[in-house]
Amino acid sequence: MIKTERLTKRYESLTAVDHVSFEARPGEVLGFLGPNGAGKTTTMRMIAGFIAPTGGTASICGHDIEREPLAAKAKLGYLPEGAPSYGEMSVRGFLEFIADLRDLTGAARRIRLEQVTERLGLGSVAAQTIDTLSKGFRRRVGIAQAILHDPPVLILDEPTDGLDPNQKHEVRALINEMAAEKTIVVSTHILEEVEAVCTRAIIIARGRIVADDTPQGLAARSRYHNAVSLRLGRPEQLAAARAALVALPQVESVETDAQGLRLTALPRAGAALLADVNAITARDGFALQALELESGRLDEVFRSITT
Amino acid sequence: MHHTVTIAKRELAGYFATPVAYVFILIFLLLASAFTFYLGGFYERGQADLAPFFNFHPWLYLFLIPAISMRLWAEERKSGSVELLLTQPVTLWQAVLGKFLAAWAFTALALALTFPIWITVNYLGSPDNGVILAAYIGSLLMAGGFLAIGSCMSALTRNQVVAFILAVVVCFAFLLAGFPLVLDAFHAWAPQVLIDAIASLSFLTHFEAISKGVLDVRDLLYFVLTMAFFLIATAIILDVRKSE
Repeated sequence: MIKTERLTKRYESLTAVDHVSFEARPGEVLGFLGPNGAGKTTTMRMIAGFIAPTGGTASICGHDIEREPLAAKAKLGYLPEGAPSYGEMSVRGFLEFIADLRDLTGAARRIRLEQVTERLGLGSVAAQTIDTLSKGFRRRVGIAQAILHDPPVLILDEPTDGLDPNQKHEVRALINEMAAEKTIVVSTHILEEVEAVCTRAIIIARGRIVADDTPQGLAARSRYHNAVSLRLGRPEQLAAARAALVALPQVESVETDAQGLRLTALPRAGAALLADVNAITARDGFALQALELESGRLDEVFRSITT
Repeated sequence: MHHTVTIAKRELAGYFATPVAYVFILIFLLLASAFTFYLGGFYERGQADLAPFFNFHPWLYLFLIPAISMRLWAEERKSGSVELLLTQPVTLWQAVLGKFLAAWAFTALALALTFPIWITVNYLGSPDNGVILAAYIGSLLMAGGFLAIGSCMSALTRNQVVAFILAVVVCFAFLLAGFPLVLDAFHAWAPQVLIDAIASLSFLTHFEAISKGVLDVRDLLYFVLTMAFFLIATAIILDVRKSE
C-alpha cells in the first residue's frame, strides 16, 4: 500500500505540491487526475523516491521513502513520465539490466522475463534497440520494466500517453488484470481512462487535493447527473419538445446541443426525470431516435473543480 | 556493491553500442603516437624510455577525457533515464561510482592499447620497465582525476557541449595550478599559504613525479583524493539538480 501524509514540495517561488495526504490499498486502482502542471508528476516522483519532499512523508508498504529508500523502492514498480529508457540498448538487454538491479536470479528471473515480454507483446522486438522502436513500443518497454519484479505497488505516470486506441485498450486490460492483488496509482489527464480502470480518483489542482472519490461519486457531482437527453428524429418538433420539457416541474433547465437535435433536461436537485420525460414523449408523439439517462459528465466535473 | 558493477557494465556496453568508443580509441592512439614520434622526438633522442610518450598525456587528456565524461550525467538528465535509474533500488552513490568506473575502465582500455609502443621501446633498447609501469599507473590515475572532474561538470548541466567546455576549463586550471598562468591570478591578493596550496593541486607536478618512476604515496593519495572529492561533488550536485 501507499501512504502519504502532508506531502509537500516547495520550490523558491511556488508550492508544487501542498499537503497531499492519501492512502491507497491493495485492490485499489487510484486515478491521479489534474490539469498539466497541477503537481501530479511531482507527487509521484516524491513517492517513487526520485525527489525529496520539503515536508511531509510518503511510505510504500510501511517503508518510509526517505528513511528506508531501498526497501521502499524494492516494493515499487515505477513508470516515469515519458517512459524513459536507455535508447542504445536492445529491449532484451534493457530488461536484463533491470532484472540485475532488481536482484532477480535463476528460474524466477527467466520466468518473469518471459512472462513480461509475452504479456506486453515485446517478443518480436526483443533484439531491436529501443531507439528504433515506435512510441507505443517504448511505452510498453517502460511498463515491462515497472512490473518485471512483480511489485506489490505500481505507480504509472501516464501509462497510455501516445498509444493508439488498441494499445490503450491493451494497457488498461493489463492494469485491470493486475488490480486484484496490487496497489496501483495511475496518473492521467484522460478522463475515459478513469472510468475504464480506476476504482477511485483523486483530483489535484495547484498542488492540492480538491476531490477524492469513486468515479461514480465524481460523476454524481455533475449537474448532468440524472439528466435525461433525447435525440429527435424530426427537427421541426424541437421547439415543441423543448417547451414540453421546460414545463415539467422537476426540470431545472433544458440545453440544446450545437447541432440542434439533442435536448438535455437537467433535473432539480435529487429529482428523477426519466419517467416524466418518457410520459410526455408518448403523450405528444415526439419521434425519438435516442433517449438516455446520464450518469454525469466527468469532464464537466473536472473543469468545474480545477478552474 | 554488485549494483555498482551492474551499472558500470551497462555503461561500458553503452560506449560500444555506438561508434563513440571506436572513434575515441582510434583518435587517442593516433594522437598519442603522433605526439610521441613527431613532437616528442622519440627516435631523435636516442634514449630507450617512454618519456616523450607520457609527457603528452596530460595534454591529450585535457581534450579527450571531457569528450568521454561529458555524456555521463548530462545525457541521463536530458533523456530522463536518470529518473528510471534512481528509482530502482540503488543508491545515488552506487550510480555515481558505477558510471565513473565504467568511464575509467574505458580509459584504461584505451591506455592499454598503446602497448605496441612499449614493445617498440623494448625492441630498440633496454628501458627501465619499472619506470614505464609507474608512468602507466600515474597516467591512469591522472585520467581518473580528469574523469571525476568531468563527471562533476556533466552533472551540472543537461547539455553535453556545456559539460565538455566546463570540464576542459576546470581540467586546464588543475593541470596548470602550479604555473604562473594560474598562480599570477592569486599573487596580488592571496596569502602565500593559499598560493602554495593551489600550486600543490597541479596535476602536472604530481604526474611528472610519478612518470619519472617515483611512486610517492603523497602523489598517489593526491589523485585518489581528487577523484573522491569530485565524485562526492557529483553526487551532491545530482541530488540537488537531478529533477530539473
